[in-house]
Amino acid sequence: MRLLTERRELGWAAALLLVFAALPLVTRREDVLNFVFLVLLSIVLAESWNILAGYAGQVNLGHAAFFGLGALVARTLWIQGTPTLLAMGAGAVVAAAFSLLIGAAAFRLRGAYFAIGTLALGEILRTTVGNLFPEISTLPAASIAAYRLSHRYYLALALAAVSVAAVAALAISRVGLGMQAIREDEEAAEASGVGALWLKLMALALSTGLAGLAGGLFAYYHISYYPSHPFGPHWTFDALLMTFIGGVGTVLGPIFGAVLYVFLKEYLAVRWVDFHLLIFGVLFILIVLLLPGGLVQATARARRLLTRRLAVPRAKKPRP
Amino acid sequence: MSILAQQLVLGVMIGGLYGLGAVGLSLVFGVLKVLNVAHGELIMLGGYGAFWLFALFGLDPFASLLLVLPLSLLLGLGLYCVLFGFVVRADEETRVKNSLLIGFGLALVLHALAVRLWTADDRSIDTAYAGSAISLGGLSIPLVRLASLALAFALIGGVHLLLKHWRWGQAIRATAEDWQAALLTGIDIRRAYLLAFAIGTGLAGAAGTLVSVGYSINPSIGLEWTLKALIVVVLAGLGSTFGTFVGGLFLGVAEAASAAAFGGPYREVVGLVIFVAVLVLRPRGLFGQ
Repeated sequence: MRLLTERRELGWAAALLLVFAALPLVTRREDVLNFVFLVLLSIVLAESWNILAGYAGQVNLGHAAFFGLGALVARTLWIQGTPTLLAMGAGAVVAAAFSLLIGAAAFRLRGAYFAIGTLALGEILRTTVGNLFPEISTLPAASIAAYRLSHRYYLALALAAVSVAAVAALAISRVGLGMQAIREDEEAAEASGVGALWLKLMALALSTGLAGLAGGLFAYYHISYYPSHPFGPHWTFDALLMTFIGGVGTVLGPIFGAVLYVFLKEYLAVRWVDFHLLIFGVLFILIVLLLPGGLVQATARARRLLTRRLAVPRAKKPRP
Repeated sequence: MSILAQQLVLGVMIGGLYGLGAVGLSLVFGVLKVLNVAHGELIMLGGYGAFWLFALFGLDPFASLLLVLPLSLLLGLGLYCVLFGFVVRADEETRVKNSLLIGFGLALVLHALAVRLWTADDRSIDTAYAGSAISLGGLSIPLVRLASLALAFALIGGVHLLLKHWRWGQAIRATAEDWQAALLTGIDIRRAYLLAFAIGTGLAGAAGTLVSVGYSINPSIGLEWTLKALIVVVLAGLGSTFGTFVGGLFLGVAEAASAAAFGGPYREVVGLVIFVAVLVLRPRGLFGQ
């Protein structure tokens, strides 16, 4: 049953991706393509956070550090002439390797302590990178002349597809089930033979490697930015918001969350600065308090309610 | 040498505010087992309260403490009733996690609101006596910051006495120690939670007021102050008010010393590195039981 629903979710995601793939053939409007690009980048970022938080139950508040590392390494290599994909891969490897380096120590911390420890770690990296690389990073003129948005777009699409597929595969795999067992009750999982530390490290490496790829995509997309910018805590917070609002620990949730988030951000921020954060802050609190499964749970509930209504007309309740 | 001494003195002064900021967080965390990561935003709100009282009515910031403190207490009551009262119903592990998330959402909302209402500009209260300082053996000690340090100490002493001698203060401590035993002896632990949260928020408001006098505020200072308070709480451990204050002083001095040694831009990093190290090596803190 669970396998079936996961398959259906994957089908929906595939359909969505097909529509996006046809988009540059239909329209040449750069604003539309840029918007979809941002959605796709957000999907990768949110899904990467979702792996560790949604499946292994570890709230990483320093996720931006790995996004930033990926961006830093990929950008540096790419500008020096390394092929794009190779540079991005190197960024992902560095991000994942760094996470494993700190992972064994970080996982001595449980729950909220892990969260605030990683928050501090992210801030350490952001400040240090800001101090070491204070100058803005701009593409050389030749690369700017050769800039094609469609290249970025298809790369983003491919990455989003890979990340969604990876999470979908993880969700039903043995490894993924082990992670979910840890999320529900770490002691019980350990007692029933699940190697908690290994699985958590695996989730961490997967999550941060994907975040590193997203960072590489960011570095490939932007013409100029400060190297410390992708290390900013708002990248972590964005990923957290999108994942929770869509539905943490689901395949489709981060996609819903990313679409809604980027839409509101792009269209509200133009007129009212930071207004989307107000809306999302309130929405987020409501979801944590009332609807821990996010939009995915909400739609599932609504559907169940609807089908039940259609199947059995409700009898009127007698008044007490 | 005298430059280093001067920086250390300034470090002690900001450290007093770190301590004050952290005592509120520590109280809430110790009693409710709720980690309120919006604590820095509450400090920010207290700062704006004092700022607007000064800008609109010309109220002296130290006098406005008498208004900001009770208003912050009320805000704390409200926040508990609307948000954190729901969180404490869960078991301890979910409670910490959910409070982290709720606090994060609250921080986001308060930050966005502050930017909307008061713009992202830096503000500070510019009183007539803002620039005055006393010199002591070649050191220049800004009066406002010295007064802030003294007030922070006095407030923390007040909280200490309150927790020790007031009936409900004792109830709060009992609840922090063992809520089940407290419940069995007939203590209304929900009310102890409520009071502890209100006092914690009140202390955040007071800290914010002092920050807006000697330093400056803007809507984005929240995360920074939350981190400072977290660092101090982890350094000092839970359960000791004065230990927390000392932890604050220690952080202030450590930051000043590292700024002197590695240069200004790294002052934030040193505190965070200490924080991560203590968290991993001594999760109960340096002064914790």
